[in-house]
Amino acid sequence: MDVQIWTWLLVGVSFALYFGIAIWARAGSTKEFYVAGGGVSPLANGMATAADWMSAASFISMAGIISFAGYDGSVYLMGWTGGYVLLALLLAPYLRKFGKFTVPDFIGDRYYSNTARTVAVICALIVSFTYVAGQMRGVGIVFSQFLQVEITTGVIIGMAVVLVFAFLGGMKGITYTQVAQYCVLIFAFMVPAIFISIQMTGNIIPQIGMGGRVEDGTYLLQKLDNLHTQLGFKEYTEGTKSTWDVFAITLALMAGTAGLPHVIVRFFTVPNVKDARKSAGWALLLIAILYTTAPAVSVFARTNLIETVSNQEYSSLPEWFKNWENMGLIAWSDKNEDGKIQYVNGEATSGKPEFTDTRGAYGERLISNASPETNELYVDRDIMVLANPEIAQLPAWVIALVAAGGLAAALSTAAGLLLVISTSVSHDLIKKQLKPDISDKGELLAARISIFVAVVVAGLFGIYPPGFVAAVVALAFGLAAASFFPAIVLGIFDKRMNRQGAISGMIVGIVLMLFYMIRFKTGLIGVLDPLPASEWWFGTSPEGFGTVAMTVNVVISVIVSRLTPAPPEDVQDIVENIRIPSGAGEAHDH
Amino acid sequence: MPIPENARKYWRENIKYLSILLIIWFAVSFGCGILFKDFLNRYSLGGFKLGFWFAQQGSIYVFVILIFVYIRLMNKLDKKYGYNEK
Repeated sequence: MDVQIWTWLLVGVSFALYFGIAIWARAGSTKEFYVAGGGVSPLANGMATAADWMSAASFISMAGIISFAGYDGSVYLMGWTGGYVLLALLLAPYLRKFGKFTVPDFIGDRYYSNTARTVAVICALIVSFTYVAGQMRGVGIVFSQFLQVEITTGVIIGMAVVLVFAFLGGMKGITYTQVAQYCVLIFAFMVPAIFISIQMTGNIIPQIGMGGRVEDGTYLLQKLDNLHTQLGFKEYTEGTKSTWDVFAITLALMAGTAGLPHVIVRFFTVPNVKDARKSAGWALLLIAILYTTAPAVSVFARTNLIETVSNQEYSSLPEWFKNWENMGLIAWSDKNEDGKIQYVNGEATSGKPEFTDTRGAYGERLISNASPETNELYVDRDIMVLANPEIAQLPAWVIALVAAGGLAAALSTAAGLLLVISTSVSHDLIKKQLKPDISDKGELLAARISIFVAVVVAGLFGIYPPGFVAAVVALAFGLAAASFFPAIVLGIFDKRMNRQGAISGMIVGIVLMLFYMIRFKTGLIGVLDPLPASEWWFGTSPEGFGTVAMTVNVVISVIVSRLTPAPPEDVQDIVENIRIPSGAGEAHDH
Repeated sequence: MPIPENARKYWRENIKYLSILLIIWFAVSFGCGILFKDFLNRYSLGGFKLGFWFAQQGSIYVFVILIFVYIRLMNKLDKKYGYNEK
């Protein structure tokens, strides 16, 4: 069977499975809709959290990014896993004990203020929409590449699918579909990695194969470092970012991970505090399987790529090279006219390659924006995971499996985020502020309507991505770090923290982060082009600025809270209460 | 409402555990993987430079272990202070 048939088959079977589960786990009450009835086992919740967490970006892009960034890519590996330690130790048990439905619920009650609740809802919406826009785009790209439809059609198919299981099942449906999606995505990620590890190093475990020896007896990483040096790249195991920037980005990603509303809300779905801790442990273990394999995949893919293309005749290259070139994700311009591919350090094109409709002397697609640098090859970083099985000449079913896995990753994350968005609207805004006397049924209806609206808006972002969306997805973490993370941690660990402190901290944090992001990523403020790196404050990249904004948030919160009256007695009692694990009961409404 | 002595002691021990675990968390990631990476890279672990290994593999393994150690410690602490459920 060829790849196309396998893809239809595997994607079809996995989708049938998700739909089946969504119908089986329909939600009947708001409690089932928001927190899956509060009765999910720690392992199932761990799997759902892991699937929720591992997005199209983790599955498709991360290994590719690391492949090109080498050591610098470590920020994602440490940042996106280390955040779980913060989550497990500082947030999950206490928020579970608190036992409401959402993060704004906690902020609103702990800071005895609807203003604080509103600020939290707005922050949650900004963070979630930034994040989900990227996911819908990812869904569209995967669908379009594997099912060979337009990206727009891909996004619409994705919207329809997400809508069905989110709409029917709410958190309950999503949780159990995510369990299935975790299994699909981890299997799809590991199988090619194991194959390639055996092929290159003879070791069945990719994590060990990465540090293993290749056929001629040298270590794989040593060999890759040598290849890099020969071609004028910085050694793979050394970075190009400054130590401070690596530090700042890692910390921002960690705190952002712990502060992402769609991740936090997962810990409301387990029965008690003990299970909340346990499920954070399972989640990280299950995530770590992918996150420790990804850097190995990066090394394999990088080495394979260089060996396959560097200094080879274009006409002798394998089929996959031309396929991806036809999709516009690889581009080659024969600058020195020798018919061979010179792949060295430097940009091959100015920005993304712009293809003309004509073909060159060797049948290659000509591009109009080749740069004057020697490097002749442009490779889109997103294709490393997708193309890896082809580059390594693995069987057709493995290539198709990657498609099913990528879709599982993108859809599970999109569904989780959309649920948070709809909860913010129906629970935190409508129920808590606009219409407190709304019935359970009415609230459920409102939740479903808002999820529908959220899907449509997210889909539109996916179809017509405003120029800055792609750039700011990574910054969603900075926003979460700058707004929620300090407010929640201080709310638990600093009994003296009050309304005034938390609100001013959150507002200053998120505004500062938004400002920096817009100024240095989109150039909307002041100048038209994004400002260059030399203008960064203290040499902090926008991705790492969350660390600075978070620090400012904490400092302001603490100072303001000490200058204003202590929180009332009953709020201090809430804090005492959440510090003790027993008697958590079920996640409840008020 | 005065805080019962029991709860106060429980919280103090909890904070102690948290501090120790978070120091390790910081040491393996920000310490070994970032700040002292160049120094550690002089040593190697199989085919890995040590600092690089911490940044891309080691720190993640330690994170997983940390959470499971935390779960164990807290379960014991809950029992000791009678906050254990079920």
